Amino acid sequence: MTRKITFMKAINEAMDQSMERDERVILLGEDIAGGATIEHLGNEGAWGGVFGVTKGLVEKYGRERVIDTPISEMGYMGAAVGAAATGLRPVPELMFNDFIGFCFDTLLAQGSKMRYMFGGKARIPLTVRTCHGAGASAAAQHSGSYYGLLGSIPGIKVVVPSNAYDAKGLLNAAIEDDNIVMFFEDKTLYGIKEEVPEEYYTVEIGKAKVKKTGTDLTIVTIGKMLYVALEVAEKLETDGVNVEVIDLVTVAPWDQETIINSVKKTGRLIIIDEANPHNNTATDISSVVADKGFDYLDGPIKCICAPNTPVPFASNLEKLYIPNADKVFDLAHELIADLKKS
Amino acid sequence: MSKLDKKNAAWIYEKMNDIRNFEDEVHRIFTSGEIPGFVHLYAGEEAVATGVCAHLTDADYITSTHRGHGHCIAKGCDLNGMMAEIFGKETGLCKGKGGSMHIADIDKGMLGANGMVGGGFPIAVGAGLRNKYLKTDNVVVCFFGDGAANEGTFHEGINLAAIWKLPVIFVCENNLFAEATPQSYSSASKTIAQRGIAYDIPGVSVDGMDLKEVYKTAGEAIDRARKGDGPTIIECLTYRKYGHFEGDEQKYKAKEGLEKERADLDCIQLFREEAIASKLLTKEQADGIEANSVKAIAKAIQFAQESPIPRPEALYEDVYAD
Ligand SMILES: Cc1ncc(C[n+]2csc(CCOP(=O)(O)OP(=O)(O)O)c2C)c(N)n1
Ligand SMILES: [Mg+2]
Repeated sequence: MTRKITFMKAINEAMDQSMERDERVILLGEDIAGGATIEHLGNEGAWGGVFGVTKGLVEKYGRERVIDTPISEMGYMGAAVGAAATGLRPVPELMFNDFIGFCFDTLLAQGSKMRYMFGGKARIPLTVRTCHGAGASAAAQHSGSYYGLLGSIPGIKVVVPSNAYDAKGLLNAAIEDDNIVMFFEDKTLYGIKEEVPEEYYTVEIGKAKVKKTGTDLTIVTIGKMLYVALEVAEKLETDGVNVEVIDLVTVAPWDQETIINSVKKTGRLIIIDEANPHNNTATDISSVVADKGFDYLDGPIKCICAPNTPVPFASNLEKLYIPNADKVFDLAHELIADLKKS
Repeated sequence: MSKLDKKNAAWIYEKMNDIRNFEDEVHRIFTSGEIPGFVHLYAGEEAVATGVCAHLTDADYITSTHRGHGHCIAKGCDLNGMMAEIFGKETGLCKGKGGSMHIADIDKGMLGANGMVGGGFPIAVGAGLRNKYLKTDNVVVCFFGDGAANEGTFHEGINLAAIWKLPVIFVCENNLFAEATPQSYSSASKTIAQRGIAYDIPGVSVDGMDLKEVYKTAGEAIDRARKGDGPTIIECLTYRKYGHFEGDEQKYKAKEGLEKERADLDCIQLFREEAIASKLLTKEQADGIEANSVKAIAKAIQFAQESPIPRPEALYEDVYAD
C-alpha cells in the first residue's frame, strides 16, 4: 500500500523531486524559507511559507535555490518571467491569488504574450503556485478564486487540483511544461490526507477526470467542489438517479471532449464553480456546451457559483457564499423532474 | 503644532492603554478559538499610532495596514464596534463583513485596515489630492510597514505626492521584520527615511518607542503638510510584541543583543514614567486611565459576544451603491 500524506505535503514533494531532477528549477516567494540572513537560523527556514508548503526545501537546496523575496510581487514575478524566458524553470509563489493585481502585468502583458509576439521563438517554462478559496475566515482580500480570470488569458494554462494525488502529479507536469502554468491550491484542502505514490510521476494537464460514471446527469466541478458533487451524487443515487461526476482538473485549456461526451450520454449538465458567477469557467463551459452540444441537451445548463459579492468575513455569511450540496441538490431535482415522471 | 500638554498626554495615555489591552485580549480570545481568521496584533507599537494621531481630527484621513487595530483606536474608532467586527458580528464597524484586516470607519477619517501590503500608498495620495483640490488644510497619514516599503506602490505613491506637493505624511512602522524576513535583507537602502532623498522630500528616522519624539516629529511634518509644503517620510523604529500573526512561532526573533534590548522596551511604560516625571500626568491619573481602559475593553468584548451574527441577506448587500 502507498503511504498517506497531506495535500500540502504532496505539493511539497513535487517541488522537492522536481528540484532534485532539474537544477534549473528554483523557487521564489515571500517567506517561502523565512529568516533570510538571520545568523542564528543560517540555512534553516523560519517559516517555509505562510502555510508551510515549502517547509524543508531551503534546508535541502539552500538559499540560492529557495529564494526569499522582499514584498515586491511585481518585481519577483517579472523576474521569474525573465528567468524563464532565458532558460531557468522558476516556480514563484504568489502567497494568495488575491494579490494578483500587484503582479498582473508580468503575466498578462509580458509572459503570456512573449512566445506569440516573438514569432514562436520564446519558451516560458514558468509555474506560478498560489492559493485560493473561501472557508478559512480569511476575509475579502485573501479568499477569492481567480483561476478563471487567469484562464481567460491566451498563453496561460491553469490547473486546480482537488486531491493530493493530482496535486503532486500536476505540479510535476506544470514544472516540466514549457508554458506558464498557474497552479491553484485550495487553502482549505491543505490538511486532507490521501494515498500518494512516493516516486515521481505526472498527471496530464488538459485532461478532465471522470470520478464517477453515470447516465442521467453530468456534474462538472473545479477543485474542492468535487466533494460537493460527490455528496449530491450519493444522495441522488438513493432516488434512483445516476450522476456522472467530472473533475475538470485543468481550467485552461479545459477538456471539451470529456465533457461533451458525458453530456451526450446524460443530456443534463450542472457546473459547480466557486468563482464569482459572471465570466467564469462555469459560464464558459456552459457557452461551449450550449454551442457544440446543443442537440444532446434535455434541459437548461445550470451553473452553481459563488454570488456576485466579495467573500464576507462573518462565518455564517462565508458559509452561505460557498456553493454547497443543498443548493446543488435542489437544482439537480429541477433538472431531473422529467426523468422521474417517465 | 500643539505642544504635548496635560490634556493630550492624558488622551495619548488612554489610547495607548486601550490599544495594548485590546490586543492582549484579542490575543487571549483568539487562542481560545472564539475569533476566526487572520489577526495581526499592534501591541508594542502604540507610541507610533497615538503620537501621530494625536495631531489629527476626524476631518484628517489615515490609511492603515493589516496590523490596523492600533491605528483604528488612535483615530477614534469605537471600541465596541471594532471588537464586534473582529468577532464577525452584525454590530461591527463593517457589519461583520470586513473582519480584523479590513476594519474601517470613513466617518472617523479611517480609510481602512488593508489586507494588501502596500495598498495604502496610492489611496492616501488620492485622499491628499482631494484635500488639496478642495482647498482644505486637512492632511492624510499613510501608515505602512518596513516590508510594504518594497512594493512598487511605495515609490509611485510617494513620487506622486511629492510632485503634486500633497498633504500626505508617510509613517513607516519599522519593526525590523516583514513576517519572518528582516528589513536589513529586503531593503537596499539602510533606512526607509533616506529614500526621501530620491523624491526630494524630508525623510526622518525617530525612535518609535519614544512617544515624545514621535509626537514632535509628526507634529512638525503635519504642520508642513497643512501649510501646503508637501509630504514627509517618518520612519519610526519599533517592535511588535507578538508574532507576525497569531500562531507565529517567531523563530526569527533574536534571543539576545540589540534587537532583544529593543524588544524588552515597553513604550507605554516609558511614556508613563516620562509623563509623570515631567508632570504631564499624575500617578493617580495614570492609574485611573489604566483601570478605565481595562473596563472599556471588557465592555467591548461583552458587547461583541452578546451581539447577533449578520442576517443572511447581508451577504448580498453593499456590493453596489444604490
Ligand atoms: C500585496 C501583499 N503581499 C503580501 C502579503 C502578505 N503579507 C501580509 S503582512 C506581510 C508582512 C508585512 O510586513 P510589514 O510591511 O513590515 O508590516 P508588519 O507586519 O511588520 O507590521 C506580508 C508579506 C499581503 N498581505 N499583501
Ligand atoms: Mg514590519
